[in-house]
Amino acid sequence: MFRLNKKLMWLFCLPVLLFVLISGCAKEKKVYKIGAIFAITGPASPLGTPERDTVKLLEDQINQAGGIDGHRLKVIIYDTAGDETKCRMAVKKLIYKDKVLAIIGPSRSGTTLAIIDEVQKAEIPLISCAASIKIVEPVKKWVFKTPQSDVLAVAKIIDYLKERNIDKIAIINVSNPYGISGKEQLDIQAPQAGIQVVAHEEFGQKDPDMTAQLTRIKGTDAQAVICWGTNPGPAIVARNMRQLGMQIPLIQSHGIANKKFIELAGEAAEGVVFPAGRLIVAEELPDSDPQKSLLLKYANDFQQKYGRSADTFGGHAWDALQLVVSALKKAGPDKAKIRDEIENTRNFIGTGGIFNFSPTEHNGLTKEAFVMVTIRDGNWRLLK
Amino acid sequence: MTTYSQVVQYVITGITIGGIYALIALGFTIIYNTTGIINFAQGEFVMLGGMIAVSLATTGLPLLCAALLSVLLVTAVGLLFERLAIHPLKGASIITLIIITIGASIFLKGVAMLIWGKDAVRLPSFSGDKPFHILGATILPQHLWILGITLSVMLLLHLFFEYTILGKAMRASAANRLAATLVGINVRKMAMCSFALSAAIGAVAGIIISPVTFSSYDVGTMLGLKGFCAAIIGGLGSSPGAILGGFLLGILESLGAGFLSSSYKDATAFCILLTVLFLRPRGILGRP
Repeated sequence: MFRLNKKLMWLFCLPVLLFVLISGCAKEKKVYKIGAIFAITGPASPLGTPERDTVKLLEDQINQAGGIDGHRLKVIIYDTAGDETKCRMAVKKLIYKDKVLAIIGPSRSGTTLAIIDEVQKAEIPLISCAASIKIVEPVKKWVFKTPQSDVLAVAKIIDYLKERNIDKIAIINVSNPYGISGKEQLDIQAPQAGIQVVAHEEFGQKDPDMTAQLTRIKGTDAQAVICWGTNPGPAIVARNMRQLGMQIPLIQSHGIANKKFIELAGEAAEGVVFPAGRLIVAEELPDSDPQKSLLLKYANDFQQKYGRSADTFGGHAWDALQLVVSALKKAGPDKAKIRDEIENTRNFIGTGGIFNFSPTEHNGLTKEAFVMVTIRDGNWRLLK
Repeated sequence: MTTYSQVVQYVITGITIGGIYALIALGFTIIYNTTGIINFAQGEFVMLGGMIAVSLATTGLPLLCAALLSVLLVTAVGLLFERLAIHPLKGASIITLIIITIGASIFLKGVAMLIWGKDAVRLPSFSGDKPFHILGATILPQHLWILGITLSVMLLLHLFFEYTILGKAMRASAANRLAATLVGINVRKMAMCSFALSAAIGAVAGIIISPVTFSSYDVGTMLGLKGFCAAIIGGLGSSPGAILGGFLLGILESLGAGFLSSSYKDATAFCILLTVLFLRPRGILGRP
């Protein structure tokens, strides 16, 4: 009985095995699998959704162009809902079940920090789409990131202040990790540039009114207000400043680089200055700008496929996936070699800037990744 | 800017925000008085008022029409809420009903998120954004609207409760349910009215602040809590107490943010609450 079964099994399995082997060789090369984890739902979904859409767009484009050296690209995308636990589970699944070659994402700094141990242990390259400098400082062997750090945005703002001969500033920030990190960086970099911080104010993420904080700032001799936050707070700050008749310039962070800010702040958005990646002002860049053609293509492709405009968050995913793909082309399907290739990437033109990685630099960007942008007639204008 | 004009500025800001807290606190009070329930979905009525008004206004309706329609719709939501979630549970204890209101709050928030998404939206100001100056402080026309409408709502409520049969019946069932039933007042119907009235007041609050502070699906939670704070400070169940508590909370919060530290603005509100509860556990105007 047992013997018969075994024989039968062989008879049945052999042709199947043969078929798989032959068809595998003849038809197509092995599929390259890359993992992606984004906060597609949950509070951080404004980040995760364009990231997912961008990755799908690129996956289609790459496969239509013949894949990576003839290998089809497959991106396995999981939703983290912006949650640390779910993110860890997704990463484990990608590493041990799907056996992907590299991982891009997650969208948030918190979720990224929660999985660093896991990817370091499994020795798999990770390119995060989150902003915090803590992700790459100190440098972790297997961890990279594409978004520009706060440090660079602050450096760009300091340059701008110096150009305008402003040497006394007031800081107002939202009391969450994003706002506090911006404030800390300003506190470090401003004195180094000879700029004095004359007031520190804070507001809660859901605060309906900031006139009290701004009244205090009005009482100081600050020559500019620097606001660090994400909507809706910064829009309220802009409106309250108008209300109080404050004439000094308002400089915001790159956290307001979306149309929502203009919509909420209305008239008060006019004249606000902030640092941003080049994507939102791609049209206005000089033709000599190496990023221009790429940015326009990405913006057009995205608009065509999804009927809405691309944003910087999608851009971070664009950079992350393209970095992995270009490393894969050179290194082949070997995780350690892919990592080495990413680390050796020089002059890689992405949406967020021109990346130059090295063993001591896993973000690869300088403050030149930012340009200063102002708002005029409800539109972004490149500040020259 | 002199300290004097700073104080004026803080007080003006405080009065406007305080007016909103007072309206929300009144909503708590009305439902509490007639049913004994603390309705934690009160903040959600505020949110719905703002969001529906914005949606209607963007379809091209005149602002006034959008606002009135929004109040009507939210009143209907309040009625439905009472009919579907509170009324069917005839013999349930008060604590069960309170927990149901928390559930309703989460439900309404979730539905709002699905309908309107997570972004904040803004209603245009009722009459422009040109600030004017009073005693060295600046104030927006919208602040006057907020103050004016808040005071009118309070006056109307007062007239309603003092001079109409329905208002008197609601007060009667608040004072003594059994006695009210004995004189022929349908106490359960009064409960329904109280929910409708609270929802309407909440909607008004949500509409008038939207031009200044924006609306989004999750503004209700914090506003609801602050309104609840105000109701407790003034003495739960007392309408003048709710108004006093609202203004007091708004002004002290604003002064605290101005003179102490803006980081502790919310902490200020809850410290005031604790202080009042230590000194007068029934609230400032609470019945002993």
